[in-house]
Amino acid sequence: MKRDWWKWLLGIWMTVMILGAFLYTPVAKGLGQTTRVLYFHVPSAWVATLSFFISALYSIRYLQKQNIVYDIWAASSAQIGFMFTVLATVTGSIWAKEIWQSYWNWDPRETSIFVLLLIYAAYFALRSAIEEKNQKARLAAVYSILAFVTVPFLVFVIPRIYDSLHPDPLINPERKIKMDPRMLQVFLGSLFGFTVLFYWILRIKTEIEFLKLKLSKRM
Amino acid sequence: MNLRKSALEENVWTLLVKSNIIFQKDFHLEFRTRYAINAIILFAVISLTAVSFSIGPMQLDPPIQSAMLWIIIFFSAMSGLAHIFVREEEQQTSDTLRLVAPPTAIFLGKWVFNVVLLFSLEIIVIPLYIALLNVDVQGMGAFLTIIILGSVGLASIGTIMAAIVAQASTRGALFAVLSFPLSIPVLRSAIQGTWTAIQGGGLADCLADIQLLFSFTVVILTSSIMLFEFIWRK
Amino acid sequence: MIRIEARDLQKQFNDRLIFSQINFSLQSGESLAITGPNGSGKTTLVRIISGLISPTSGQITYHINGRTYAPHEVYGVIGLVGPYLQLYLNLTAWENLEFFSRIRGVPVDKSRLKRLMAHFGLAGRELDLLKTFSSGMLQRMKYVVALIHQPEVLLVDEPTSNLDEEGSETVYQLLEEQQKDKILIVATNEPEEIRFGRKRVDVTGQK
Repeated sequence: MKRDWWKWLLGIWMTVMILGAFLYTPVAKGLGQTTRVLYFHVPSAWVATLSFFISALYSIRYLQKQNIVYDIWAASSAQIGFMFTVLATVTGSIWAKEIWQSYWNWDPRETSIFVLLLIYAAYFALRSAIEEKNQKARLAAVYSILAFVTVPFLVFVIPRIYDSLHPDPLINPERKIKMDPRMLQVFLGSLFGFTVLFYWILRIKTEIEFLKLKLSKRM
Repeated sequence: MNLRKSALEENVWTLLVKSNIIFQKDFHLEFRTRYAINAIILFAVISLTAVSFSIGPMQLDPPIQSAMLWIIIFFSAMSGLAHIFVREEEQQTSDTLRLVAPPTAIFLGKWVFNVVLLFSLEIIVIPLYIALLNVDVQGMGAFLTIIILGSVGLASIGTIMAAIVAQASTRGALFAVLSFPLSIPVLRSAIQGTWTAIQGGGLADCLADIQLLFSFTVVILTSSIMLFEFIWRK
Repeated sequence: MIRIEARDLQKQFNDRLIFSQINFSLQSGESLAITGPNGSGKTTLVRIISGLISPTSGQITYHINGRTYAPHEVYGVIGLVGPYLQLYLNLTAWENLEFFSRIRGVPVDKSRLKRLMAHFGLAGRELDLLKTFSSGMLQRMKYVVALIHQPEVLLVDEPTSNLDEEGSETVYQLLEEQQKDKILIVATNEPEEIRFGRKRVDVTGQK
């Protein structure tokens, strides 16, 4: 119970952020009430990217040490990351329907997240096609690293498809934050909350996998 | 003790010599059985005729023409490039190979084979493409450069993915699923560059695409060489 | 002088334990027989010793002229004959020999290879595709290929499978020769073949 204090705190924190997102922040010009998706959509996309990097890092560790524990971290991170990728895609798509009048129109941001979905799908397809768990870990790690190596090129190549209409709260050429201070507070708070939430889910997921591993060893 | 010195020694030169021997062996085998080349060329010709047949007398715009070309090349590659490793696995010769040659030499030999395979495909398919889709290529130099660089890029991804897929249980579909996300930078720049070249662009006009194709291929190839040992050695 | 050292070898496929606590030490002039019923892991052990797969835990090391190597680093001194090592069936016998000689960095010595073929009763079949060979002939051919580089360490898994009496006799002669001053490892259940291993490892008892 004592060690779980931060989980309670996170619960309160997230509640405050949700309330803040709907009651405290103003709406942005031209976006109306749809502004509020910002506090959930962008953190989801952030966690989706973060988990992909974590998965690649643990894949490198696995190839160095050949210890199945690292594979568990890599695979768990990818699974949770996939969930957040879907969340970011769906929230973004609903928002796009409202603002751009279509659910999908290959905006660079949409394309990037779609490629991320494809990479995750391929990663899981590969894992399910291999029986022996060390072999599965090895091949999945190699794939994950190669996908990771491809990402910088995607970042360069995808924006060339179309000009983006995507609003840029943080990442823009002028490197300026074009946000109302109140919006920024909730946005950063939510970003932090989502990151801790991700960490928590990842811990639970890996804990389950470690227990499974222990059980199978005992049998 | 008559232990041959070469038995324990490896350097860059012997590595290159050995990859050449592997390539020759695969070329020889392919020449005799023609499994991969038949599959890949037939696939390309059929999809090309299917496109030409379904558009009838219509004239496609350059952007669509160049996209068509790369879609055809990509899927033909997907039908034939995995063969190089799957064949060794299916005929149970991969363990024999593991015991006689260093992994890097094997990867390089197989990579050269796949590059040659894609080039041979294009020698047949590109004239057909120009004729059937009535493509008027105005910047031939840039066009060929993009084709060559794009093919080497696709062959590099195809070879390392083939090595992975050869050890999995569902090979056919998995190969395309794994290769596609990684091929997007290649496809995107190649389509863009081909389009520019068809419209009369020179090398300077497609410089950005050429740079990307080149650097991406170098990066993928280097990481493949580093990672191949982890795939190959069980 | 070569010494092979196996310490606490253990192999698992997923959660199935194949064997554990395999220990042995072998040096030039010594031989080892690996025994155990079908499915007990003889082949797995042979594959670990030859570096084709790695053990789940434990170590196998080769000590050559005072230096220590992992099995996969010394493939140049290992020869292996086993049912899972196939040759290229779409190449002729001669093309196979040529390929394996060149890739091993051994000069293609035509007369020696011809003698080797003849020794295993394959004279005159040099230019035939291997897919026209019978299973017994293929087994003989595998010996010819495994001997190309005069391996210091010879591993044989089921030495006489598919062989007739005459073929088996030739193989026994070869094994006799190998164990004199080199290393021989035989995986088998035939009492007649177990005698070639002065040391024994029983895989069944090692769970």
